[in-house]
Amino acid sequence: MTTRRKVGRFVASLLILALGLCFLFPLYIMVANSLKNRAQLYADPVALPTTALWGNYTEAMEKMNFLRSFANSLLITIISVALIVFFSSMCAWMITRTGDRKSKGIYFLFVATMLIPFQTLMMPLVQMMKWSRQFLGIPVLNTYHGIVFLYIGFGMSMAVFLFSGFVKSIPISLEEAATLDGCSVWGVFWRVVFPMLTPTTMTVIILDIIWIWNDYLLPSLVLNNKALRTIPLSTSSFFGVFTIQWNQAMAGLTLAIIPVVIFYFSAQKYIIKGVTAGAVK
Amino acid sequence: MIPSKKRGNGWFNVFVLPALIIFSIVVLVPFVIGICYSFVSWDGLVMHKPQFVGMTNYAKLFHDARFGQSAIHTIQFTVVAVLAINILGLLLALMVTSSLKINAVARTMFFMPNLIGGLILGYIWRFILSDAFKAIGERTGMTSIFFNWLLDPHAALVSLVVVITWQMAGYVMIIYITGIQSVPDEVMEAAVIDGATGWKRFFRIELPLIMPSVTICTFYSLSNCFKIYDINLSLTGGGPGVSTEMFAMNIYNEIFSYNNYGYGQAKAIMFFLLVAAVSLTQVVLTKRKEVQL
Repeated sequence: MTTRRKVGRFVASLLILALGLCFLFPLYIMVANSLKNRAQLYADPVALPTTALWGNYTEAMEKMNFLRSFANSLLITIISVALIVFFSSMCAWMITRTGDRKSKGIYFLFVATMLIPFQTLMMPLVQMMKWSRQFLGIPVLNTYHGIVFLYIGFGMSMAVFLFSGFVKSIPISLEEAATLDGCSVWGVFWRVVFPMLTPTTMTVIILDIIWIWNDYLLPSLVLNNKALRTIPLSTSSFFGVFTIQWNQAMAGLTLAIIPVVIFYFSAQKYIIKGVTAGAVK
Repeated sequence: MIPSKKRGNGWFNVFVLPALIIFSIVVLVPFVIGICYSFVSWDGLVMHKPQFVGMTNYAKLFHDARFGQSAIHTIQFTVVAVLAINILGLLLALMVTSSLKINAVARTMFFMPNLIGGLILGYIWRFILSDAFKAIGERTGMTSIFFNWLLDPHAALVSLVVVITWQMAGYVMIIYITGIQSVPDEVMEAAVIDGATGWKRFFRIELPLIMPSVTICTFYSLSNCFKIYDINLSLTGGGPGVSTEMFAMNIYNEIFSYNNYGYGQAKAIMFFLLVAAVSLTQVVLTKRKEVQL
């Protein structure tokens, strides 16, 4: 009985593993074909490459200006996420603890606007970016600060919503004790409250990294300058109007995915937790 | 009391205003400006003044054949994709919640595509479903399955369903796993003792208890499918012709390709109303079916 059960479990495990591998088959196709030449690629797209042509990768790196795009993506993502956490946690704590009509109104405003799709805002935003330069003398298009500012604005709703939910669940007594000990409001928040918010901070960080790193439409409207392109924008350089060189494109896409894979494996526990917490609330 | 309250108000502004101001400039102000733009006719050029046309843009929507087509395609796509994502996601979740050691690895694998952006996923699948499929078809002779899917209007729509299912099934799986794990063991044991088997146990007992997860997953997948843009752009580009041009892409093209800023914005406002209506009804409907233990 036990041996039979063991065999059964082993077979079930194998089946699940096989299914998992099938699920990732498209990624195998991508990597395998990134190392082939044109003839090999069209002869059999499923086969492993006979010899690995690493040259595809150097060409792809050059074409998409990989290091520069990677640096741009990293810079924009890190600064945006840090500032989203900074502003939204402060705001969420204050409006939740104050709890008067004004605060509730502000909270409602943040939450209700989560329903607005980006397409509804994109054209007016493009106009506003032009006006900002024309009338205020502040350039927004093709600037790092411009796109970071937009990400803070778009990230605020979700982050305030998540932080608010968590603040409600932590006891107010610690904050009162700190106030009695002479701590300023600023000090109470950063020394006492913010450390307690860590689980939600992690959730917000994870969700926003995934969103901003992969975002395409917003940067495509703000960053026209080639030197400022993020990774998703740079991958489109393989898909112009001419015939697509698929082996080179696959090398480029593999390069684009590598940072995501590294991030996934180094922070997997937090990612799964963050995604679950973000969805369930 | 008064000084502390005064100080409190100052701190309130310090904590709340930065967030509120940035949010207003990026979300609220464009939303209001967007509503205004939807009542004008304008080609987006600075030297041309926008003309006020009242409700004309909205009236035009109902006679726009291409917009109607894109509405039908978006609805078809969304219905099929939401079903596919949730059925596959739930099956995967049921599969990986047994006590096997391999499950942690399997979850990692199934969730993987979700972290890669829609644009890149679309490009990978574009290769598979067009050139790779064609090459395989020519090699094996199975041309009824392996042909260039992206050149056939129906197959191209199915392609979009395939790719978004591949991307999102792992995500909803994670949520379903949480739901399944929160069903108490005693309930399932009692069901077994009472003679509920296999499918009956699943549909009569487990499914009603994980209805909250179903609400979340349906809501999430519905709004994501309805708003699809990145995959649409990289996989089919709306083609062949305009046969897979979804709502979001239709709006983008109307504004930035055909320079109908006012009319395009009216579409965008309509899009918002639809997204809001669909999301809100869906939440109300599914909340009713939830069972409290």
